[in-house]
Amino acid sequence: MLDRTTQPPDKDREAAIRVRDLEVGFGERTIMKGLSLDVYRGEILGFVGASGQGKSVLTRAILGLVPKRAGTIEVFGEDLDQLSAPSRRSIERRWGVLFQQGALFSALTVKQNVQVPMREYLGLSDRLLDELAMLKIEMVGLKPDAADNLPSELSGGMIKRAALARALALDPEILFLDEPTSGLDPIGAGDFDDLIATLQRTLGLTVFMVTHDLDSLYTVCDRIAALGEGRVLAAGTIEAMLASDHPWLRSYFHGKRARAAMAGEA
Amino acid sequence: MVAQGTLAYGPTIRIERTREEVRALLGGRWTADQAAMVETLAADLAVEADRPRMILDLAGVTRLDTLGAWVLDRTRHDLGAKGLGADFVNPSPEQRILLEEVAYRGFQPPAEKRSSRLMDFFVDVGQSMAGAWRDLVFGVAFLGEVVSAFLRVMARPKRFRGTSLVNQLEQVAFRGVPIIVLISFLVGCIVAQQGIFQLQRFGAVALVVDLTSILVMRELGVLLTSIMVAGRSGSAFTAEIGSMKMREEIDALKVMGLDPMEVLIVPRILALVIGLPLLTFLAGMAALMGSAITAWLYGGVSIEVFLARLQSVAAINTFLVGLIKAPFMALVIGIIACIEGFRVAGSAESLGCHVTSSVVKAIFMVIVLDGLFAIFFAVIRF
Repeated sequence: MLDRTTQPPDKDREAAIRVRDLEVGFGERTIMKGLSLDVYRGEILGFVGASGQGKSVLTRAILGLVPKRAGTIEVFGEDLDQLSAPSRRSIERRWGVLFQQGALFSALTVKQNVQVPMREYLGLSDRLLDELAMLKIEMVGLKPDAADNLPSELSGGMIKRAALARALALDPEILFLDEPTSGLDPIGAGDFDDLIATLQRTLGLTVFMVTHDLDSLYTVCDRIAALGEGRVLAAGTIEAMLASDHPWLRSYFHGKRARAAMAGEA
Repeated sequence: MVAQGTLAYGPTIRIERTREEVRALLGGRWTADQAAMVETLAADLAVEADRPRMILDLAGVTRLDTLGAWVLDRTRHDLGAKGLGADFVNPSPEQRILLEEVAYRGFQPPAEKRSSRLMDFFVDVGQSMAGAWRDLVFGVAFLGEVVSAFLRVMARPKRFRGTSLVNQLEQVAFRGVPIIVLISFLVGCIVAQQGIFQLQRFGAVALVVDLTSILVMRELGVLLTSIMVAGRSGSAFTAEIGSMKMREEIDALKVMGLDPMEVLIVPRILALVIGLPLLTFLAGMAALMGSAITAWLYGGVSIEVFLARLQSVAAINTFLVGLIKAPFMALVIGIIACIEGFRVAGSAESLGCHVTSSVVKAIFMVIVLDGLFAIFFAVIRF
């Protein structure tokens, strides 16, 4: 685990993603208003919130899949609204996304899925393409013979892993994970956490992780941000979360399951 | 053109040689965004290795990712295989972990399947013949299942899903009325117009009534309607049932003790069997109207003359021939659509494939069936 005491104070750190006064809504309904959030370079940010509060919506708004009504979103210091199409594409090359359901292309095998972004963006020889795809597939803990399976032939956990392999295909600098460990058994989830921690350490990845897995929050997340009432209720280390006296945060981090996770951690 | 900023960060190699070793000083970014350059430089490294030992000095590397690490470690491995020792020096702690993580290993390419083109051809032919036979057997079996489900429902009418039937009737029949009426009207016009042009030469323009009324009522009305319905509703059935199968909704029905046959299939096929004759009737009327108007405009056959002649040439049996065929067409379309729907496997591609083959098979079978009916009615002189 990272030594949290050596990190510089927040205001001196470089933000990979900076969201300011974001407002998102559909029709009459406003999902979030005045939301501000920083994700610093090289950290793993765990993002929590009650179901239906818009965690996925925020992720999708940052990725540009959901239109926003107001506010700015900066990625690597560049305002996404101000970018020309080519510079936006070059930003998109620098992030990888793991969707909640995997979103693998159902007509392609796992290996072909991983190769889709590589083929599109990297001018590589076929041999290197194959090797890199197999490397990613092994890195995420899939067996090599899973490479030629179609997504419909995979189990839920394998789909998550294959989708992570695809998200990592271009060696991104930011990784968006939408509930990466949901639907995995505890051992698989633990492996997944370790994998993400290793990747973050070796590649200097910035990870934005929407999760409800308290174990993940305790073991791999450097900071946690909690979403509620359409804004960020609190952001900080797990200690700060535990110390918070906001009622929702209290029940989230001091509930029965949280205590069990904390005991496991201790 | 490469922007200057990225060029400055690109991967670099500087070679220094001593008597025993080649020292390659690597610099810059060895990352995925420089992929093509990384691959080229790594190939150069292998060429430069003309001493027994090679040192890969990572001190100047500003950024290394899995792609860079893999290519470098592969180069090191390849040199080792040629009997040349190669080692990394000065990696940062992160780079060391990364190099260990991605340590090179050969991946066995999957064995190419040996095949000859002639063999493939025969295999294809054989498979499609076997497939056609299987389709037929499966179709008959499915028809049996539908009938038995229908009888089960009839035995206990409470289980009958009236709402679903009405909904399907609206989708299949009611919403199909405008397009089917329009198409039939236009085809009626076209047939009448061509008929008039040919019959004029014999001075027998009035015979256009015989031509169009018999053609439209016996064949065209039901054929056009069936083809339209196969395209409109057959494809919809296949897509609906197929996507329900993909999302395990059909399994969900089964485990709740509901029979997908009763819940999904019977209302749909029943709606087709009821709806198609109704649509056929409307199509026939629209086509007759089209030909009446055309006959009046092009041939000077007034509406009264048209109607009088229609009554004398088209007996009730002409009208019934078309209508009798309609429910059978509906059955064929519905059964093919539902079978194809149940065959959808996990992928989006498979859904597309089965929707296509549902429509193609349904239209083909409708025409074959129409041919069989034509022979049958000719034999019984109806």
